[in-house]
Amino acid sequence: MSLAVRVEEKLYQNRYLVDAGKPHIAIRPHEKPSANLLAMTRICPAGCYAETSSGQVEITPDGCLECGTCRVLCEASGDITWDYPRGGFGVLFKFG
Amino acid sequence: MIEERFDAIVIGAGMAGNAAAHTMASRGLKVLQIERGEYPGSKNVQGAILYADMVEKIIPNFREEAPLERHLVEQRFWMMGERSHTGLQYRNDDFNEEKPNRYTIIRSQFDRWFSREVQAQGALVICETTVTELVSDAYGKVIGVRTDRAGGTIFADVVVLCEGVNGLLGTRARLREAPKPEHVALAVKEMHFLPRETLDARFNLHGDEGVVIEAAGVISKGMTGMGFVYTNKESVSVGMGCLVSDFAANNDTPNGLLEAFKNHPSIKPLLEGSEVKEYAAHLIPEGGYKTIPELFGDGWLVCGDAAQLNNAIHREGSNLALTSGRLAGEAIFQIKSRKDAMSKQNLALYKKLLDDSFVMKDLKKYKDMPALLHANSQNYFLAYPQLVSKAMENFLRVDGTPKLDKEKATIASFVKERSWTGLFGDAWRLARAWR
Repeated sequence: MSLAVRVEEKLYQNRYLVDAGKPHIAIRPHEKPSANLLAMTRICPAGCYAETSSGQVEITPDGCLECGTCRVLCEASGDITWDYPRGGFGVLFKFG
Repeated sequence: MIEERFDAIVIGAGMAGNAAAHTMASRGLKVLQIERGEYPGSKNVQGAILYADMVEKIIPNFREEAPLERHLVEQRFWMMGERSHTGLQYRNDDFNEEKPNRYTIIRSQFDRWFSREVQAQGALVICETTVTELVSDAYGKVIGVRTDRAGGTIFADVVVLCEGVNGLLGTRARLREAPKPEHVALAVKEMHFLPRETLDARFNLHGDEGVVIEAAGVISKGMTGMGFVYTNKESVSVGMGCLVSDFAANNDTPNGLLEAFKNHPSIKPLLEGSEVKEYAAHLIPEGGYKTIPELFGDGWLVCGDAAQLNNAIHREGSNLALTSGRLAGEAIFQIKSRKDAMSKQNLALYKKLLDDSFVMKDLKKYKDMPALLHANSQNYFLAYPQLVSKAMENFLRVDGTPKLDKEKATIASFVKERSWTGLFGDAWRLARAWR
């Protein structure tokens, strides 16, 4: 058996230009997250979503791969707002 | 601030956008193309397989210049069991032809080259610029765009939306809805680098020959999904994708599935000792014909993934993007040549050209497949692969059991799992949706 490589380690291979202080995804303040928002803590391929000790979902989009999965699951309900990063910022695929 | 007015603005520098921009610029139209990445390709992710025919229709001699990886001589379809795979393998030396039909490519490199060709035709390409808004006149006709750069509206007769599967502009302008979770797959992919000789030996390749492995079965744990392995010159693209709605309803992580796929006994030896240099994720439109949105309106067209133009059954997407972009460019050129307005009525020409092409004909052929595979994913992606694996093991393992008893046991296992009605129903539904 080999150990699965963690997402955090994989993101180190990637190239990013983080737009410091201007996250392109924001979560609406909530007491209890919706099922889809909570699911993002598992589904986000970059592991950007996490559950806090008090049960809310928070996001650190620095490692975002800009796939749009959370937008598809959580934008219509208003759980999140999703923008593109400013031009030139965000993930920069070397191979794509 | 860009003061001049353009014949057309193309949003995005992927396959569709570059095809559209090249087609129009090479016919003398004044084209502005806007890309949000640092360079064309820096936001684009694909497996990736390139289909020569669709590129040739835009750049006939592309083979001489384009950064191509390997031409494909072999296809392996693998139905995955837990520790097994049952394969259908096709290799043909005729694929070693003067002008091969399919190539593997590395998207960021190919797109960069393609964009240089677009610029050589006279299009103005600006990168690191995100288009934030489509601008319409009082009658609702799209007349230009605004960007996150300083300056006001940039005007054009028509805006060609090639903004990809996750396109925000078209949905914000209410030209189409955002994709639904059951109509897009989330795929994760890694680039594994290996010395060329190692790769050649492992995959039985010579020169620039390449092979594709497409795998389905227990690896997606009953979800509608697939894994793939594509050989590049000195790297292997390995990925795994499932419908977003299935991910939401199950307990697996995309990365966990990819790791399990990479560690499958049939895949692991192929990747042994590789150096991983990138991890990417991307959505793939999977809804097919029934989810194609409005493709044109007053002053705008939409192409490629943004329009859900993807043949999920044949794993074809870039060729539909290239063709839709090219046809959008041709339609605009024809309308412009007649000195007609870029009205909804005139831009219907784009839809007509698409309808007459393989793009719409193929998507129409498979219009019922996405829903069928989604509704029966437990059977098609889990139960049958397990049964087939068991049947093959039973067929091959010699243990003193008479062959007739073995056959009876295999048939009984299928009937027990799905019942006769279920088996015939599955076969009938699949055949009908395929037709």
